[in-house]
Amino acid sequence: MQLVFLAEQVVNGLVLGGYYLLIALGLSLIFSVGGVVNLAHGAFYALGAYVSVEIGKRLGFAAGAVLSPLLVGALGVVFERFILRRFYAEDPILSLLVTFGIAMAAEQLIRMIWGAAPVLVSLPPSLKGSVFLGDFLFSRYRLLLLVIVAIVLCGLWLLLQKTSFGRVVRAGIQRPDMVAALGIRLQPYMTTVVVLGVGMAALAGVLFAPIAIVHPAMGAEIITVAFVVVVIGGLGSFWGVVLAALLVGVVRGVTIHFVPAAGEASMYVLMFLVRNYSPPSAYI
Amino acid sequence: MKKHHRGDQRLPAGRRRVLQLGAGLVAGAALGFPAIVRAQSAKIRIGHLTPLTGFLGVLGEWAVLGIRMAAEEINAAGGVLGRQLEVASEDSINPDAAATKAQRMLERDDVALLMGEINSASALAISQVAARNKRLFLALGPRSDTLRGKSCNRYMFCTDIPNTVMVNAVGSALLRDGMVKGKKFHTLTADYVFGHDLLRAAKAFFAANGATLTGDELVATDVTDFSPFLLKVRQAKPDAVCCNLAGNQVTNFVKQYSEFGLSYPVVGFNLNTADAWAAGKGNLSGVWPTVWYHTLDVPASKAFVAAFQKKYGKTPENHAWIEYIALKLVVQAMAETKSTNTEHLVEYFEKGAEFDILKARKAYFRPWDHQLIQEAYPFSVRDNPADVTDLMVLGAAVPGADQPLETMYPTKEQNPCSL
Repeated sequence: MQLVFLAEQVVNGLVLGGYYLLIALGLSLIFSVGGVVNLAHGAFYALGAYVSVEIGKRLGFAAGAVLSPLLVGALGVVFERFILRRFYAEDPILSLLVTFGIAMAAEQLIRMIWGAAPVLVSLPPSLKGSVFLGDFLFSRYRLLLLVIVAIVLCGLWLLLQKTSFGRVVRAGIQRPDMVAALGIRLQPYMTTVVVLGVGMAALAGVLFAPIAIVHPAMGAEIITVAFVVVVIGGLGSFWGVVLAALLVGVVRGVTIHFVPAAGEASMYVLMFLVRNYSPPSAYI
Repeated sequence: MKKHHRGDQRLPAGRRRVLQLGAGLVAGAALGFPAIVRAQSAKIRIGHLTPLTGFLGVLGEWAVLGIRMAAEEINAAGGVLGRQLEVASEDSINPDAAATKAQRMLERDDVALLMGEINSASALAISQVAARNKRLFLALGPRSDTLRGKSCNRYMFCTDIPNTVMVNAVGSALLRDGMVKGKKFHTLTADYVFGHDLLRAAKAFFAANGATLTGDELVATDVTDFSPFLLKVRQAKPDAVCCNLAGNQVTNFVKQYSEFGLSYPVVGFNLNTADAWAAGKGNLSGVWPTVWYHTLDVPASKAFVAAFQKKYGKTPENHAWIEYIALKLVVQAMAETKSTNTEHLVEYFEKGAEFDILKARKAYFRPWDHQLIQEAYPFSVRDNPADVTDLMVLGAAVPGADQPLETMYPTKEQNPCSL
């Protein structure tokens, strides 16, 4: 029986890992293309949640879930065009400072618009409850979340691997000067990558809003986990980040099964172990 | 990526300035910005520390609204001892920062006293600074028994109900409903001094009344996802889940418990109404304790609620109430002793002075452990509330009017404090 319980934690951890993935993958993508560590990523996550709540109040939960990532993604155009673009060729410390500043300003802006108290949002009753698959218990909503993450992940992978857009982006990651020499302007591609990354962060915020607390500092909370995932997976590595996100979810679940108090610490221990004891070839 | 930007031509000096500015910002963020700038010295300065960020930050925002309203009312009525009050509210962040800020407020700002806090660990840190400086500290929101027990000191007074009282308040309702004897509970507990303390009180209550535990989980304060814990609860198949969580944890737990649709009833030994409100309609269930609620049927309490709603356009939460009554009782002490001197104030509080805290019965500080003795309430959750502030149905005050207030509190034998 103990083994079944453990397996249940592993599967649940994979679902949670999928959710970490939405945020971490965008962060990693923006870094690999622009060389910018986007500390403001959490702000877009928070904004995604808030905008979906606002739209949800007027047009319903589903409309909020669809429209919010699109709107926040559109904000990504402005973010890239007027801010990030200035820092691609600069010392990374500058983009760190600027995005950190934006994260703080965004948090305060959210506080000014929506107030410091958490905003209210509940799951529609039809999505509440659990389903049993064999002996395993799943929250119905998280199964839906898993499907959405899988679709986004496949879509993104196909986009990067199988389209001409993806070819340019991948080439731009490896040899930007070569791409420029071929007469291709990278800028529109950069904008698109930032929009995708920011949109995914917003989607994560949208999906987590009904089951967690929506408050101004939620972005600052998630950015730490996202960074741990990206560091474990290796900045810029697509499958590395996917693997790391799932691993963090599983390790956390299994740790909580045995030593509940160590649940949050487990991901940092994992980061330490992976960074120190794995061959450098793991970071391509 | 080799591309030309305006930044490329920037002078090194300019770049250094950007860095300095950035570093300044980071430092500023870490220390927090004082909410009110200091002014003339004729005023009576009060240092108010409360968490405005982190898992208790939401509650701290209410605390600031409460103390600000009290200060404005007092100043509008001419202040105290002919002087105006000046309350500086700052984010206490964590125990380390709280201690540093407390020291700075005492040394540089020369505050007459310190008050505030919600986090029991930060309160402990501030109380040590206050004791070293022999200056009064009122711990307003913390509920740890240890704070008023082993860690009590001459210069600290606690105004919220302690964990033991919360357990007893809910416990009396549970015993009445036959929900304790022979039942199995599974506890989830916030992993810091407050939670440990609450768990201890809960375990003592369960043991004394014939209940057992199927498990107890310690939950880190920054946990937002409770799914692994919920799976463990399901695996343990208890008769009821017992929630000893704090701040944002409560909201997250309540929302996800409802998401998973687990069928075990929930009892909670700690709740602040803001956490319940944030969980939204249709998510909360069970029996919980509270120190004060805005529907309390006492005229003075209703007048406070109306004034608060008029001023801020929202319904006050229990931390708004507690900062409000706390500043009022400090002012009462200053007016009665005609002094802002810590020794005089401590003496006044210890003499058993009574305070109107907007409840049916007056409250007083118990001289040997410095905690405010007052009524508490259990409450249950309404099925179809009009809105979230209507979520809870307040139960009758405990202890009953015929019993002494101290009935609910730890006895001298149970509390190791000896002042």
